[in-house]
Amino acid sequence: MATHAATHDDHDAKPSFAQRWLFTTNHKDIGTLYLVFSLIMFFIGGSMAMIIRAELFEPGLQLVQPYFFNEMTTMHALVMIFGAVMPAFVGLANWMIPLMVGAPDMALPRLNNWSFWILPFAFVLLLSTLFMPGGAPAAGWVMYPPLVLQSGESLAFTIFAIHLMGISSIMGAINIIATILNLRAPGMDLLKMPLFVWTWLITAFLLIAVMPVLAGAVTMLLTDKFFGTSFFNAAGGGDPLLYQHIFWFFGHPEVYIMILPAFGIISEIIPTFSRKPLFGYKPMVYATASIAFLSFIVWAHHMFTVGLPLGGLLFFMYATMLISVPTGVKVFNWVTTMWKGSITFETPMLFAVAFVILFTIGGFSGVMLALVPADFQYHNTYFVVAHFHYVLVSGAVFAIMAAVYYWIPKWTGHMYSERWGRIHFWNSVIAVNVLFFPQHFLGLAGMPRRIPDYNVAFADWNMVSSIGGFWFGLSQLIFVGNIVYTVYFARQKASARVWEGARGLEWTVPSPAPHHTFEVPPVIMPGMLAHDDVSH
Amino acid sequence: MAQQQGAYYVPHGSKWPIVGAVGMFAFMWGAAHWINGNELEGHISIAIGAAIILTMLFGWFGTVIRESNGGTYNKQVDLSFRLGMMWFIFSEVMFFAAFFGALFYTRGLSVPWLGGEGHGAITNYYLWRGYTAAWPTNGPLDIGGAFHTIPAWGVPLLNTLILLSSGVTITVAHHALKAGYRKQLLVFLGFTILLGVSFLWFQAHEYIEAYTHLNLTLHSGIYGSTFFMLTGFHGLHVTLGTIMLIVIWLRCAKGDFSKDSHFGFEAVAWYWHFVDIVWVMLFLFVYVL
Repeated sequence: MATHAATHDDHDAKPSFAQRWLFTTNHKDIGTLYLVFSLIMFFIGGSMAMIIRAELFEPGLQLVQPYFFNEMTTMHALVMIFGAVMPAFVGLANWMIPLMVGAPDMALPRLNNWSFWILPFAFVLLLSTLFMPGGAPAAGWVMYPPLVLQSGESLAFTIFAIHLMGISSIMGAINIIATILNLRAPGMDLLKMPLFVWTWLITAFLLIAVMPVLAGAVTMLLTDKFFGTSFFNAAGGGDPLLYQHIFWFFGHPEVYIMILPAFGIISEIIPTFSRKPLFGYKPMVYATASIAFLSFIVWAHHMFTVGLPLGGLLFFMYATMLISVPTGVKVFNWVTTMWKGSITFETPMLFAVAFVILFTIGGFSGVMLALVPADFQYHNTYFVVAHFHYVLVSGAVFAIMAAVYYWIPKWTGHMYSERWGRIHFWNSVIAVNVLFFPQHFLGLAGMPRRIPDYNVAFADWNMVSSIGGFWFGLSQLIFVGNIVYTVYFARQKASARVWEGARGLEWTVPSPAPHHTFEVPPVIMPGMLAHDDVSH
Repeated sequence: MAQQQGAYYVPHGSKWPIVGAVGMFAFMWGAAHWINGNELEGHISIAIGAAIILTMLFGWFGTVIRESNGGTYNKQVDLSFRLGMMWFIFSEVMFFAAFFGALFYTRGLSVPWLGGEGHGAITNYYLWRGYTAAWPTNGPLDIGGAFHTIPAWGVPLLNTLILLSSGVTITVAHHALKAGYRKQLLVFLGFTILLGVSFLWFQAHEYIEAYTHLNLTLHSGIYGSTFFMLTGFHGLHVTLGTIMLIVIWLRCAKGDFSKDSHFGFEAVAWYWHFVDIVWVMLFLFVYVL
């Protein structure tokens, strides 16, 4: 163990609760803060989804007013994207990246604390709009003008909240890049890094590249509404479509920001429980980079029906379909990793396998949506809703849950309840399909999204979908229960390696991981890394 | 502040990050209230937020400077700072890219479409008949009324020369710092500050001219929007850069920087060059072309 520099001796004295959690520079504490915040937001956003599904349980208006319904769809998306999924991945990155690369902490620990503490305040700003005259933003999370410019007091609050979230994300991403590029232990070459680290490196690049663009887009909304500019006003020579272009230049890479770390997690879990090294490590890295590159040149596939020139439609259609190549490489490699492995199905592996299957379904419907003539039919229907919930819920969210089950023994030193983990999994995986699969049918039959009432022809599948929704929502209480159990009540101690097939530096430190790890760079021994024989 | 050979450095906890977060919240909360017309609450909250943020900046930078002068940091920390600053500047580049994108898109595509080019013919015929695409424009409805633009070869050219020279003077100052010529360092860094201030003075003069004589305002359709948002955000960055230069000048005068350890200076120099390059792009695409 290193002798501490005199300046941080106060780590060893027991800090007060406030000192520990408010002023912390410890990546594990900050990771925990992110994860807890994300879980709270997951339930806030989830309750909004429950309101949506309750209203859609039957045709007609039963529970809420249409405007409030629109507030719910808008806020559900903003809360889930910026409050639940992104902070969860940043929390996992905080906990695991320093452990995985053999670093003592993140490269810029105080900046790290700042990135986190901006978030709760940003969400106070955003959620406060629910109680304002005129209500919360209701023009969809994409905030298209001119509709969004008709918002009441909420618009300015929403825009400033997004600015704060962007600042938080950018600083978090800078920190992750600096950590990965600068704090790797000697011998942890770039092409020996765990896939989770690789996918986060690329995700962080995407974040820094596109969050400022979103800031620019919403700033233009702000000046158009309050300061008399004409960016999105055709009468002044602007163009409402300009907003959509800028927004989706952010928005499409944003989609990959929410899935690339999930790819990384799945690429950690599947080899562990298949007891085989990851098949095609380098192709996985290159595929991730290709997906990130392509994400910058496909944005207009969100805008096929707005009246783009034909050349534009063709370019964005083909570019979009190209993404299925590197994504296909990934799915192929995951399946091939499992091939002839001696597989066991603990909860993380169950979620990982479900991820591969269900994410692929979301990928297929994505290819369907990429076809311009087909998209003319699907656009703005429930088919789109089904598509992105397959990739985001049974994709990103399942990966996060897999990650929590996979790493919580390392975090707490205790095993979660495998029995309740499996109960949580089976309820979730069945419910998520009951919830979202019928939405494909609804969409293909022509039911538009973002409406509180619908034709009676859509009644049956909506009821099925709503039942699935409540079921999925309730199942997540099991998840919380299992986490609380593991943290406070579990008896069964976890070993340092936790999982028989686990490889990598994070498994060389004891469970629970001590408050400070790798204060001196670890000496990497043969067989410690998962990918130390990639060169041949 | 001895550190074990080869050991990593991890800074101790700090109250400044969360203080900063509270300040940003108060500032944004106030800004939103002010924009919605609640002037008093807005102003009070903005003032409180700004005060907290300033306190945080002084406190946080003060801590870092003290730690740095105390020899707490090693080469690895230095590289983390460098990576942090580089990627921060990259994020700034992307912020400007959004506004340049708006300029290129409207000039190159949507204004011609409004004028009836390509698939815009029918829209033009039914909605905006008689509008012919041109640049500069304030759109078919002449939003903000007729206006004149600022000629590129007057003040903007002067400002280009000013900023480019400031890029030279800060480089001379950097070389002086590395060679240990203290007086030359202070003089040339001082020149850089003066050039920054004079740029801002001319820019302010240009804005006043635009508003009072040319009727070129933020309300002047898409031209006014792109012109003022691009030059305005750039001016804001020059202002920040100038403040940073002043801080660095004071630190140089105090002797905070050594020949081979002066990242604070370099970070400001990088930022200044970034602001410089953005201006060259602005001069080219906003004023000349």
